[in-house]
Amino acid sequence: MTPQSSFMVLAPVAPAREAELRGLLAGMNEAPGRVNPRNTLVPFAQFGTLHVARFLILDDKTLDDGQVYGLPRPTYPLYLAFLGDVDGDADEFLQEVARRAPEGLRTVFACCEGFAANGDLVGWMKRHSVPSAAEYVNWRGRTVRRVREEAALHDALHRHLRSRPETFDGANPREVHAALRRFVQDETSAGRLTLSAEAATPLRAKIANLANLLGMPVVLLVASPAFVLALLRARALERADPVLCDRCDPAYSDQLALLEDYDVSNQFSAMGSVKPGLLRRWLVKYVLWVIAYGARHIYTRGRLARVRSIHFARWVYLDGGRRIIFFSNYDGSLESYMDDFINKVGFGLNVVFSNGIGYPRTNWLVLDGCADERSFKEYLRRHQLPTQVWYKAYPGLTAIDLERNSRIRKGLESNSLAEREAREWAALI
Amino acid sequence: MMKAEVDFGDVQGLARFGFGRLTQASYALLRIRNVAAARAWLRSAPITTSVTLQPPPSTAMQVAFTAAGLKALGVAPAVLAAFAPDFLSGMTEPSRSRRLGDTGHNAPSGWEWGGPVGVPHLVVMFYAAPGGLDALVRETTGGAWKEAFEVLRWLGTADLDEHEPFGFADGISQPHIDWTGQRDPRRAQVAYSNVVAPGELLLGYGNEYAKFTDRPVVEADAASAGLLPAVDAPGKRDVGRNGTYLVMRQLRQDVRGFWQFVYRQADGDPAKAEKLAAAMVGRTRAGDPLVPVEDEEIPGIGASDKEARQNRFTYDKDPAGIGCPFGAHLRRANPRNGDYPGRPSWVFRLLTLLGFGPRGFRDDLMSSVRFHRILRRGREFGPGLSPEDALASAPPNEPERGLHFICLNANISRQFEFLQNAWIMSTKFSGLSGESDPLVGNRERIEGCPATDEFVMPQDGGLCRRVSGIPQFVTVRGGEYFFLPGLRALRYFAGAGGA
Repeated sequence: MTPQSSFMVLAPVAPAREAELRGLLAGMNEAPGRVNPRNTLVPFAQFGTLHVARFLILDDKTLDDGQVYGLPRPTYPLYLAFLGDVDGDADEFLQEVARRAPEGLRTVFACCEGFAANGDLVGWMKRHSVPSAAEYVNWRGRTVRRVREEAALHDALHRHLRSRPETFDGANPREVHAALRRFVQDETSAGRLTLSAEAATPLRAKIANLANLLGMPVVLLVASPAFVLALLRARALERADPVLCDRCDPAYSDQLALLEDYDVSNQFSAMGSVKPGLLRRWLVKYVLWVIAYGARHIYTRGRLARVRSIHFARWVYLDGGRRIIFFSNYDGSLESYMDDFINKVGFGLNVVFSNGIGYPRTNWLVLDGCADERSFKEYLRRHQLPTQVWYKAYPGLTAIDLERNSRIRKGLESNSLAEREAREWAALI
Repeated sequence: MMKAEVDFGDVQGLARFGFGRLTQASYALLRIRNVAAARAWLRSAPITTSVTLQPPPSTAMQVAFTAAGLKALGVAPAVLAAFAPDFLSGMTEPSRSRRLGDTGHNAPSGWEWGGPVGVPHLVVMFYAAPGGLDALVRETTGGAWKEAFEVLRWLGTADLDEHEPFGFADGISQPHIDWTGQRDPRRAQVAYSNVVAPGELLLGYGNEYAKFTDRPVVEADAASAGLLPAVDAPGKRDVGRNGTYLVMRQLRQDVRGFWQFVYRQADGDPAKAEKLAAAMVGRTRAGDPLVPVEDEEIPGIGASDKEARQNRFTYDKDPAGIGCPFGAHLRRANPRNGDYPGRPSWVFRLLTLLGFGPRGFRDDLMSSVRFHRILRRGREFGPGLSPEDALASAPPNEPERGLHFICLNANISRQFEFLQNAWIMSTKFSGLSGESDPLVGNRERIEGCPATDEFVMPQDGGLCRRVSGIPQFVTVRGGEYFFLPGLRALRYFAGAGGA
């Protein structure tokens, strides 16, 4: 398989050019919240390995929150972030994007500090790359190409059945399977459908994965006594940590809503400051190690614990770990996304985000917290950032659609299915 | 969880009763013409409470306000701003329209009332026993009323004998409110329960998270002297307590279009047509469910014969959707699930929590329904039309028919809007891919989705039966979000409290 990887280019915006930059980003959309996939600056649709991508300005509205700990308002630069998730090696993608959209990228990045107009574009992007602290991929190794081929397969089967509703009346499921298998074989040989075989996993990826699989538990184990101590200390702190979940400014909330609910999926970007002290910074690091490990080795097939609606998500440290930014690409509206989290993986949400200033009060880090539903939703909205440009390579398709299409394809690859399997398979179409 | 007795004398009757015996009803959408006169009228208005009366009353009156209405009434900006954001921004805020499916033919720009067409300040709802409505309206809308209000529109209703205009028995299933706080909502609800916490309906009480929903609480002063104390804010008084948010939508139903489509699909065979229509609705016209009823009782569902026959069911025994299609209106509106798929024991609950639960394609797709219940209080409008008569073409100038959809809930975003967005209108509900609700869906095209106008019926043999090209049968003609205050809060508003 071809594992996905992620990239994120982060650079401070030159203050004098912020307005110009915002104009450029707006120009990549047909309308707010609706990207033009063939825009002249970065024509996302040209990149066959790109799943999702976004450009956004990290304008943190919660910098004053540190005042509850008596901290002065920190001064961070205003950053521009360009990030995405791709099939294969991220560095190769950066080279490709630099090759195909050099003018557009230069125009955008010229609004950032220290960008040399005639310098080495790829080198600059690499120097400004920021790794993820943890990332989640809905289905490891499912490429954009496979997504599109399997969607075309589903559509073709769907059209075929729709055009001849009577053909299979009374047919048993195994006959249906055999007939549709023949149909797909014919379509494939006629070149109307393509179902590419999965590429071999690159050796380098195999080795890295194995090293992580075996090495990380050792790291986690060695660090666990410190983690337990940190947990006990955090337990004492959480009782007194201030909660900042006031109503989000309605105008800001409307500005965010303007960018949401056009596709069946949505983007989410949010940032905030970690509670003061090394303890919290260290604690969140440990927790994100665990999450990264789980996402890499355990939750690799369509489910992050119980949640099935996330395509890609990641956490990134900023400013030496003092701030964290979270990105997600999810199905449905924000309200249902938040409900899913609260009701299904509240413990996981709490153990990470309760290290952020102002999070609803937790109990032993994993309990309560987001179960204060109204406070939690206001907390998220307050920390959310407008995502100026957001691209998804397969509009109209949810993670569940992708899983169904993969299940259909997998069933087709079997010569013959048992009666019950064939029945379940046929019901998917 | 704080237990709190509900003071029914402070709750408007609609929160507890559907006023079923009062078969006549009419709703006045009003704008305030004169604030002082409006306050005076509201102060003396005989608003029906939730107290049980013997004999039951022969008339009833309810009143609810939009955010614009509270503002016009002189409610202080700080008090107003503490109401829920969804109520404040209103039903027709553009991102909300996208989520609610109010696009295309449903777009607010084409409505008869509400949003861009004209936001009412309040709605006064009149109910009366047969023959009594005209007198009630006449007596109530005299000089004082005329001085206070300008009538934007009267919405008349019709009594279709507990059936909705397509001809299906309606109002069979409603959530059961745990008025006395017997159940602790913080405990996992493993199997479906029809019981919800009082805070899912009324403001000022614990909800399904054992928390309080957004509403204004104010300083204790002379103006707020008549209000009850806020349970969660010592020393403050609760403007929201015993109130609820009321969602109102005027839905036009194309009854002829529905039955003509269904008969066409059934090649004119009445039995087949009935079967298809029942599959789309999720019940037979008589109201019987399409899946077998449960042997054991379901909390919050009564033991009467009718309840046991028509309401004591879940979809647990129909995981493949063969009895009742996944996309059927009823299954969308209430999937009757619990917090976990498959009613696991605590060991399996833990495994499920960590992501090692059942891994079937449709397992665990849906949010637990107890967080998304609404209390429905709608009434039909227009003349009844039987399926047989609906097959004939419409006479000229045929009156419109449909439903004044009304529901009550404490959190519009999490209850009504979630239900409408994630379940009813979603083309992706429960693993489906090309259909929204077969009755009320808007069939709007979605980029990347080959179809949005289908209805899929899983069959025992494997391949699903599929109906395509379903027209839009229900069109939104108006709507707004209202606040249905408790009686103390009503007097507070009317007495210029908080001004």
